[in-house]
Amino acid sequence: MAETAAPKTSRVTNLSLRTSPAALLKEAFEAGSLRGTVELSEITFLTMVGIRVGRDTEAGQRIASVTGGLPATCGAVSGTGDTSVLWLGPEEFLVVAPMEAHESLGGDLIQALREALADGEGQVVDLSANRTTFELAGPRSRAVLEKGCSLDLHPREFKAGTALSTEIGNIPVVLWKTGDESYRIFPRASFAEFLGRWLLDAMREYASPEVP
Amino acid sequence: MLLISCPNCGPRDETEFHYGGQAHVAYPENPNQLNDREWAEYLFYRDNTKGTFAERWVHSTGCRQWFNILRDTVSYDIKAVYPMGALRPDTTPAAPEGAAK
Ligand SMILES: [Zn+2]
Repeated sequence: MAETAAPKTSRVTNLSLRTSPAALLKEAFEAGSLRGTVELSEITFLTMVGIRVGRDTEAGQRIASVTGGLPATCGAVSGTGDTSVLWLGPEEFLVVAPMEAHESLGGDLIQALREALADGEGQVVDLSANRTTFELAGPRSRAVLEKGCSLDLHPREFKAGTALSTEIGNIPVVLWKTGDESYRIFPRASFAEFLGRWLLDAMREYASPEVP
Repeated sequence: MLLISCPNCGPRDETEFHYGGQAHVAYPENPNQLNDREWAEYLFYRDNTKGTFAERWVHSTGCRQWFNILRDTVSYDIKAVYPMGALRPDTTPAAPEGAAK
């Protein structure tokens, strides 16, 4: 039989061998999360692809048809289904997709993007191991972020469904507001532990009753 | 801290940017014909203006794009933000007119 079980096994093996950048904080995140107030967790191994291409070029339009559009302005996020495209610069974008979209787990997103770029001017780079993803959610999440981020995070300025490159606790991150009270934070892998501990520290005061 | 208006991202803290030195320093047309002194002047010698100074900045934590600004080196007032490759804008204040009527 030509069809062996090898690919499936190697996918499971690939995954079991990986350690996410904030894996050592998993228990600390659970212990430090305050249900209904502010919760922190790591979403591991999302597929991320860096794209550099002009939106108005033919290659840009081909890539846009794979990703469901390319965002036009700072903060904008476009996408289709569970694939999102974050604006990083006028000709630079970050595609974020579920773990299963990665070719090591049998996905074809990166290949499809490479084929869309073809010989056009630009680049498609697998950046899945570059950053990890933190999810911060709950009514106090904005107050936690405001301790270390100089952007105006008030909902009249920072709307759900937008993403900005900035610094949190002096760490360069992409901050994506996914809902009214939920954020995804993308720090580079080597900063994940520091930022994770920084966020836990910033969350700690909300475990105690508010001092009037 | 300066609040710098990135042409792509809007106003952001100075810590998100890096400084790129004096703007409009043209690359020599024939670098091979320069003597050591001229080459050193191109590489290292810069104006030290008191007043409005044209300089380059890059939004390194944001869109990673370069741009020029005109900044007053005394008051730190940013008078203009303009793209790379554009000419230095004229910022001489218009003469006040109709003051005595
Ligand atoms: Zn910018």
